[in-house]
Amino acid sequence: MSLLVDDLHVHYRTLSGDVQAVDGVSFGIADGEIMGLAGESGCGKSTLGNSLIALTGRMRYVAGTVELDGEELPIGVPDKMVPYRFRSVSLIPQYAMSALNPTRKIGKLTTELLRSRHVDPRAVLPEMVRRLELVQLSSDILDRYPIELSGGMKQRTVMVLSTLLNPSLLIADEITSALDVSTQKAVAEMLVEFRTRGFVKSMIVITHDLSILYQIADTIMIMYAGMMAERASANTIVAAPRHPYTKMLIASLPETGVRFDESRLAGIQGRPPSLLGPPRGCRFRERCPVAYERCAEVPPVIEVAPGHLVACWRAG
Amino acid sequence: MRSYFSRKLVTYGLTFFVAVTIDWAIPRLMPGNPIQGLIARMTLPPGASQAVTAYYEKVYGLNQPIWHQYLSFWTGLIHGNLGQSIYVVGSPVSSVIAQALPYTLGLLVPAILLGWYAGNKVGAMAARRKVLDNTVLPAGYLLTATPYMWLALLLAWVFGSVLRILPLAGGSTFGMPPSFSWPFIESLLQHWFLPFASLFLVGFGGWAIGMRNVIIYELEADYAHYLEALGAPQRLIRRYAFRNAMLPQITGLALAIGAVVAGALVTEIVFAYPGLGSLVFNAILNSDYFLLQGIFLFIIIGVLIANFVVDVVYVLVDPRTRIGMQGGRT
Amino acid sequence: MPALARRPAMSTRREVLYFAVRNRKLVIGLSVVLAFVVIAVVGPFLARYSPNTIGPDVRMAPSAAHWLGTTSFGEDVFSQFVYGLQNTFVVGLLGGGIAASAGMVVGFVSGYRGGWIDEILNMITNVFLVIPTFAVLLIIAAYLTVRGVVVEAVFIGLTSWPWAARAIRAQTFSLGGREFIGIARLSGLSSWRIIFTEIAPNMASYLFMTFILLFGGAILIAATLDFIGLGPTTGGSLGLMMNRAVLWSALQFGMWWWFIPPGVAIMGVVGGLYVMNVGLDEVFNPRLRAM
Repeated sequence: MSLLVDDLHVHYRTLSGDVQAVDGVSFGIADGEIMGLAGESGCGKSTLGNSLIALTGRMRYVAGTVELDGEELPIGVPDKMVPYRFRSVSLIPQYAMSALNPTRKIGKLTTELLRSRHVDPRAVLPEMVRRLELVQLSSDILDRYPIELSGGMKQRTVMVLSTLLNPSLLIADEITSALDVSTQKAVAEMLVEFRTRGFVKSMIVITHDLSILYQIADTIMIMYAGMMAERASANTIVAAPRHPYTKMLIASLPETGVRFDESRLAGIQGRPPSLLGPPRGCRFRERCPVAYERCAEVPPVIEVAPGHLVACWRAG
Repeated sequence: MRSYFSRKLVTYGLTFFVAVTIDWAIPRLMPGNPIQGLIARMTLPPGASQAVTAYYEKVYGLNQPIWHQYLSFWTGLIHGNLGQSIYVVGSPVSSVIAQALPYTLGLLVPAILLGWYAGNKVGAMAARRKVLDNTVLPAGYLLTATPYMWLALLLAWVFGSVLRILPLAGGSTFGMPPSFSWPFIESLLQHWFLPFASLFLVGFGGWAIGMRNVIIYELEADYAHYLEALGAPQRLIRRYAFRNAMLPQITGLALAIGAVVAGALVTEIVFAYPGLGSLVFNAILNSDYFLLQGIFLFIIIGVLIANFVVDVVYVLVDPRTRIGMQGGRT
Repeated sequence: MPALARRPAMSTRREVLYFAVRNRKLVIGLSVVLAFVVIAVVGPFLARYSPNTIGPDVRMAPSAAHWLGTTSFGEDVFSQFVYGLQNTFVVGLLGGGIAASAGMVVGFVSGYRGGWIDEILNMITNVFLVIPTFAVLLIIAAYLTVRGVVVEAVFIGLTSWPWAARAIRAQTFSLGGREFIGIARLSGLSSWRIIFTEIAPNMASYLFMTFILLFGGAILIAATLDFIGLGPTTGGSLGLMMNRAVLWSALQFGMWWWFIPPGVAIMGVVGGLYVMNVGLDEVFNPRLRAM
């Protein structure tokens, strides 16, 4: 196992109190695995992904352990996380279009970043040029400012930069949402290529675009209201889901372009519960068509088939 | 980059044109006959008003058609002829101004540059240290909200009147002949210090706040978060943020020049410092309108030159203007 | 920033209010400004002398009879102070109001219409941005033989709008690209309707903050003009008090009570406005809110 997350709790501080954005999530990712992480916005998927590399201002680590290649990641202690970032865990952020400092040439930015992490740029730059070519970027861009690049070019530059030190784990957060459909597909395929070539060992791809995940992910984890609902191979999730939420999610997708977001989720009645003081029991209960008395208790995660995990009383 | 400069130059040319036109038009637009207004406010010996009226009618050229008056105003200007001063009897306005100018520049240039530099440094430091932030911020707001002349009055009162360690008024010790000797230079510096300090302090406060506020936005920018996620040290992130925050501060410098000049004028008045400000004050007291209009033109030209210098610096610092893309338009 | 699951509905207005009353900068700034407003309103009822009456007691330090002492002519400084303070608020509100209105008109039209109208307005704005306002006011005021507080405010307002216009233009520009503006355009509403019903309300907080800055700026400009001797020829002002203090050697006689109060008032009001503005920015802009 490349990554092992055990009972992770990460809260998100707001005025009205702590939002339990990630509330006891456990999972593992094998070497070379691409795991898709999907769910409605606000389900905690972004918080989960980001907490593995850098807690942002309002995120608070509460409990749980994260192990990467057999070593525990000190995700609750920002200073201690620094050595792991970029080298072991890396991120392609949601905001890749604006992730590069506008007043530095890309080459210079890279050099300065590498030096600051005590990596000799001369040792890495030739490889960077090769990888830029792999994503169809000329090495000229090293001599350009970010504003001279198109959105897609910036996206690819960030992909190459983030994975330059061959991290064990790459978190790709909503990387395709700002791109048009054909570029989305190309970027997704590049991610797979990066894995194949061993630039990254394993990957978590966060998105609300299931069609992308179906194309590239080995496994998919569906989150609902801060907890894991179901996790299985991509095929199983799409073809034979067991959790009622996953089922409704898949069913509510339009035939073409397997993509969902809040407005298109008309198929599922109601809204996710507030995570400020979430209800006891199964959090999907209120919207679930097959809920019964038992659902007043929290459903345990059970392995219904090898590698297929479901948190639902009805699944057993 | 060429389009950036040509755009700026067109703006400055137009500005100069508008300013000269304002300078010419205002005396003619104001209600009542300007000459009668002038004479009514002058203390003239009896019988002299006739002669003065005739003189002014000639120099204003009021008996000529309007377009002719306007053209001759420009011709005079190009030849450096700004008329005769009334307050400094017998001297052309241009030479009166030329005498005062070094004093004003000597105050303004160091005060603007040092205030800007120190303010930005301290502002950036404040953005990273809570303790410093809690002291710099309130102090900065008080300083920018302080009218220049009042800070000047306070400093003059404390150091000149109460403590008596620095001179209260003048540009050098009264009666001391100008020379390249140490006593004279020392006296110049002593008289220079308080007016300089008051200009410096007000500017310093404004820049410190400006920098602190901009840098806090920059530290929250996406590129800063990305660098943090890649484990870049705070030092690198702050360096980038500081550099990016400098850009609006440079633009701000161009915009602030006019206000600092106004500040310098009133500061000089408080200290009776022999620069343009005292000249303005005396010109107003003595209704010396030619002098006032001449000073106006000098201020415009000075501000335009300063703006141009800032533009050149900006191009050197911001790569985006050099590429000739977005940055050049704003 | 990850979207949160919906919390119990807390309306935006209530949220703003929640932050507003807890924002130290806003509360402190507003209190200082209001304190001076109270002095300006109540002061005249407490003043026992008319501001320009020459009295027998000259150069008196503050005492029970003259709370802020007297001038070289025996005038009561406190009376001059409260009337000057009133005029300060009048100039600030009127000058700031005129500048904000002019800036809004130019900024909205320029940012919303774009094209050649924008080019021309932008050029005009840039020209007036570069011209040192104060120098223009100097010339205008010098030639105006009769000047009142209102006239002064009008001229200040008419010369200090450019940066506001520029800022509002940029804001309008970015709002104009949003979906709801596009829909409004398609529905055939007139430009002015769209500006006033769709754009302006969406940047109301920004406009308000612009006004506050212009308010403070107008006060400072007026004080400077007054000090130089080009203030209202009718009625007193804080800047005029400092002018006369300098002219009649208050420094040499150590009459601090003559020039300290007007400066404190200007610094207090303008500083209060500025600090209040930062507080407002934090209240309206969630990114700046400290948790």
